[in-house]
Amino acid sequence: MAARFIKKIVPTSRAGVAKYSTGVRKVTLIPGHGIGPEITVAVQKIFEAAKVPIEWDEVDVTAVRGPDGKFGIPQRAIDSVNENKIGLKGPLMTPVGKGYRSLNLALRKEFDLYANVRPCKSLDGIKTLYDNVDVVTIRENTEGEYSGIEHEIVDGVVQSIKLITEEASKRVAEFAFQFARDNKRKKVTAVHKANIMRMSDGLFLRCCRDLATKYPDIKFEERYLDTVCLNMVQDPSKFDVLVMPNLYGDIMSDMCSGLVGGLGLTPSGNIGKNGALFESVHGTAPDIAGKDMANPTALLLSAIMMLRHLQLNEHADRVQNACYTVLAEGKSLTGDLGGTGKCSEYTHAIISKL
Amino acid sequence: MALRLLSKARVVPELRNVAFASSAAAPAELSDFDMQHKTPVIRKQQLIPKAQYGGRHAVTMLPGGGIGPECMGYVREIFKYIGAPVDFEVVDIDPTVDNDDDVQYAITTIKRNGVGLKGNIETKSEAAYVTSRNVALRNELDMYAYVLNCKSFAGVPTRHKDIDIQIIRQNTEGEYAMLEHESVRGVIESMKVVTASNSERVARFAFEFAKKNGRKKVTTVHKANIMKLSDGLFLETSRRLAKEYPDIEHNDMIIDNCCMQLVAKPHQFDVMLMTNLYGSIVSNVVCGILGGAGLLSGRNYGDHYAVFEPGTRNTGTAIAGKNIANPIAMINASIDMLEHLGHHFHADLLRRAVNKTVNVDRILTPDVGGSSSSSEVVDSIIDNIETVAKNEIPIVLA
Repeated sequence: MAARFIKKIVPTSRAGVAKYSTGVRKVTLIPGHGIGPEITVAVQKIFEAAKVPIEWDEVDVTAVRGPDGKFGIPQRAIDSVNENKIGLKGPLMTPVGKGYRSLNLALRKEFDLYANVRPCKSLDGIKTLYDNVDVVTIRENTEGEYSGIEHEIVDGVVQSIKLITEEASKRVAEFAFQFARDNKRKKVTAVHKANIMRMSDGLFLRCCRDLATKYPDIKFEERYLDTVCLNMVQDPSKFDVLVMPNLYGDIMSDMCSGLVGGLGLTPSGNIGKNGALFESVHGTAPDIAGKDMANPTALLLSAIMMLRHLQLNEHADRVQNACYTVLAEGKSLTGDLGGTGKCSEYTHAIISKL
Repeated sequence: MALRLLSKARVVPELRNVAFASSAAAPAELSDFDMQHKTPVIRKQQLIPKAQYGGRHAVTMLPGGGIGPECMGYVREIFKYIGAPVDFEVVDIDPTVDNDDDVQYAITTIKRNGVGLKGNIETKSEAAYVTSRNVALRNELDMYAYVLNCKSFAGVPTRHKDIDIQIIRQNTEGEYAMLEHESVRGVIESMKVVTASNSERVARFAFEFAKKNGRKKVTTVHKANIMKLSDGLFLETSRRLAKEYPDIEHNDMIIDNCCMQLVAKPHQFDVMLMTNLYGSIVSNVVCGILGGAGLLSGRNYGDHYAVFEPGTRNTGTAIAGKNIANPIAMINASIDMLEHLGHHFHADLLRRAVNKTVNVDRILTPDVGGSSSSSEVVDSIIDNIETVAKNEIPIVLA
């Protein structure tokens, strides 16, 4: 009875179970391919300098042929993430066309990460044609158009199936409203195409509407995908939190990150029932790999998102302020942001501002 | 038609039996309308004899809902003023009724006339078995290609300047196949269908179009890293056809990267080719970049029929009846229609008048940053027609 009483006063932390008695959190680290290893090293250095209480558990997720002959993630990686429940991932490579299924998708399926959150905020010092963008795109991560169910019925006719389930739609809608409430956001917009895909997007929309009634403090609206695209490029301040199925989410989140300066500056987090995986969403950039020219900002911002998820807010604020200051100054920026600095110089600049 | 002409000139002999190109891509002195109707090639439907009375063309007009009826009113006013030899046959489609009689009648008139001008038709019913009327119209008439000509207007304030992109979008299948079912309670499957023949037709249309209009590059937009079979088929088809047009550069881009590039660096695109849904997204993004839904017009092309409409297919219910809707999109659609029918003199006159109103006089509606009402814009265009006809004012490009 005492235990139940205590549980009511002290809310259970969302932060998972892998914690040492000293309070140091264990986090799975997936460096990735291409520029992945360099940028993860940069983030590790910055966190070490900021004395963030995190221990990294590095694993490799390159697909291996399992005993059944199929390609899959190595068991060690799966065990690590299941135990630690929080992960930070660098960019992984996906071949276009024929080949094994996307590793990113496999990770998401494996760890049941159902919502992808991508906050797109304009950064001082990065000048784009759009100012004051502050949009968060929340995208359903497991099903929709990316179910990967395709077949050729007859020669020359290919069918791809888009799967929408009530359960998944409810989950992501609930997450969206909860996120809006936790982060003091005012409006949630459901993006759909229910005039054409009546049943599938209609189901998604119904789930969103049902959940909207449970969160009366947050304004809810529904918009067609084309209208959102049209308005987003004209006036991004019209939107706050967007929630949508898989494909639209993919496109919209990339478009919103284009508004603030590109994938090199956008953090991303995948939230699941049993844990979370934070990642940088840019490509592996094989042409600059190993040359100390990579920009670690995306991975750093994702790591900051991870710290907030772990409720280590003071550390998150310190690292974030250091990062924003360096970006605003504009002196040691890397090549993709228009500067001439190296990755290591950029890292040192941030460490010096801590 | 283009290919038949080309094969007759022994330029492309192996294409003798393949005739998928639409008249819009045909290089010839005959107007597009004549190409479609004097030399029909594919017999996918039963053709009805075309209506033509004494040099005047009959055109089906589908006002649709929202701002459609008022914009159609402006178009008729302008046409009466310039004396365009076009008679409109108006078909109203009632959005609340569930049966398809109106739509079938509209389709019959378009088959008879060959050309249509339409607004966005509402389908109020949310029942799953009722197909969207716009989709039904496009599929019935087999209008497989949608062309959106996106050119910057000098008089409209935008973040990006001097954009000139042509978007060619597959119009009948893809994600808009409207084949859905609920296999188990709470689980819904929606099919996206991609066929080799339709992909080939639209790709060939795109390349022929690029060639006819002197365009240098065609970009195929896809998501073949995830949808390997369906978008893979579309991509493979366009790559295969690109080899037949060696002087036109071809590259491809994934849709999310494409959207990001469009908001940051849109000048790298020339002609863009894609499936239905991506076409909807990209055309809305580009229209947004150029200043809004009220300016651009789109053309639906099939082998026998052509229907012209405002580019982003918005109904605009919120601004209907308030005299603030932007009539430029519908007027541009009517200019495209006049071009297609071969009335180049009237099309040119109207185009120069619209150009003067938008770029020189800058009389614009609120959605693009002006402060005039729709009727003021239309009056300005009518005044400019007279000025332009007398003084031979050239088109302002920048």
